[in-house]
Amino acid sequence: MNSQPTQGTSPIETPRRSFLSFLLSTSIGASIVAIFYPVLKYLTPPKTGEPATASVVIAKGNELKSNSGQIFKFGSKPGILVRTPDGEFRAFSAICTHLECTVQYKKETSQIWCACHNGIYDLSGRNVSGPPPRPLETFKVNLRGEDVVVSKG
Amino acid sequence: MARGKGLSTTLYEWIDERVQLESLIHFLSKKAVPQHRHSVWYYFGGMTLFLFFVQVGTGILLTMYYRPSAEEAYESVQFIMTEVRFGWLIRSIHSWSANLMIATMFIHLFSVYFLKAYRKPRELTWVTGFGLFALVLAFGFSGYLLPWNELSFFATKVGTEIAGIVPFVGRFLVRLLRGGDDVTGATLSRFYGFHIAILPGMVTLILTIHVLLVQRLGMSVPIKVEKEGEAGHGPVKDVPFFPNFFLHDLLGWYVVIAVLAALAALMPWELGKKADLFAPAPAGIRPEWYFVYMFQTLKFIPAKILGMDGEVLGILAFGLGGLFLLLVPFLDRDPAHHRRTRLFSGIGVFIVVYIIVLTIVGYRV
Repeated sequence: MNSQPTQGTSPIETPRRSFLSFLLSTSIGASIVAIFYPVLKYLTPPKTGEPATASVVIAKGNELKSNSGQIFKFGSKPGILVRTPDGEFRAFSAICTHLECTVQYKKETSQIWCACHNGIYDLSGRNVSGPPPRPLETFKVNLRGEDVVVSKG
Repeated sequence: MARGKGLSTTLYEWIDERVQLESLIHFLSKKAVPQHRHSVWYYFGGMTLFLFFVQVGTGILLTMYYRPSAEEAYESVQFIMTEVRFGWLIRSIHSWSANLMIATMFIHLFSVYFLKAYRKPRELTWVTGFGLFALVLAFGFSGYLLPWNELSFFATKVGTEIAGIVPFVGRFLVRLLRGGDDVTGATLSRFYGFHIAILPGMVTLILTIHVLLVQRLGMSVPIKVEKEGEAGHGPVKDVPFFPNFFLHDLLGWYVVIAVLAALAALMPWELGKKADLFAPAPAGIRPEWYFVYMFQTLKFIPAKILGMDGEVLGILAFGLGGLFLLLVPFLDRDPAHHRRTRLFSGIGVFIVVYIIVLTIVGYRV
């Protein structure tokens, strides 16, 4: 290393200057990251574990008339219990696979209908018309006396 | 203190001595605005700004009684509408003014588009204006949920779910917007925060830049008028900003106040039914009129197109449409001399006709 004092833009000063610029810019960058990382993490809602709902009991569900439907709570989400014109019980997730509106039973056509974008499902939950891209999630249905027990398949 | 001087003169001199008011007054007295057959379009920017101030004023008043929680939001708006003196008026004006603001903003945006006022040197004025357009739509969307009624609940479900279509970060965005996986009270708190703090802050910043740019660059004169001036019809006439243009602006604002008062008094904004997270979407559901063309498009698009989900393609097309509008000053680079510029006018006509037709269809189907 040269022990002579340096003047002006001597070779040793340029690296020093660029080193200092590097330090300055990285510290400013680090400060920005240090500020915005916690903000971004704060804004991201904490994951609440999936509700452990495996089955629900719909009290007096068997009183549901033929050719009608009823919305029920399946954990934090809506489900739909349907009684077909033949009297058979079926249950599905009531969340439309298009853009997540809640579906309803349409008596006139005996279909499951989403009013938001006119999506239609048949009584097996299959998407038969309109924009929904997938069938509704199907649940198992069991009868226990007057109650209907709906559980994940 | 000199004798004989009025209090206002003394006060003026006191302030002028400290902040040199004289130079500002001199500047304003020299400020002029071009006057020609298309000048009427100049007023819509001012009207939008005026309605924004109405929104700020009535919005602040509503915060005095509104409670942003799933349990209390609906009831608090009901309280404002039925118990608070003039509450119905303040809320109706807030809702109507929001809709009028979006209408005047659409007119302002498309008049600037068709008169090609975005051309050099006003590209940044256009870009900031487009930013304001997006923010005002976000205002409408976030404010719509706040009364926590049935329609707004499902509109928010659908609207936020649309964000999930964005590649890679979609689910993250949905959670960020909703404050969780579903639309719940957490979404309401979050939308309230967006609506009364984040969006106003952003609008204030961009609006300041937008207005400063308009001030710095002056009003754009349409190409045709400019050419006529060059062709010997004489230079484009100017009118002083104070008092001529300002008085016209004021007249426009009075018209807006009259329309607002009439709408708010004769057709108070409805509250609807309280949102029920476990009720099916009601028949005839539809978003606010300015989103109906998108909503109707999503209804028409088939479930699958070339193996892709139809709604993904639809949203992608709207995204590209927005990007096109944002970048139009950089795409239509020589509007004064280039034939290509007709193409841009044609695209503009297509966009306007598409929005109008799909909106009408949306209300008829």
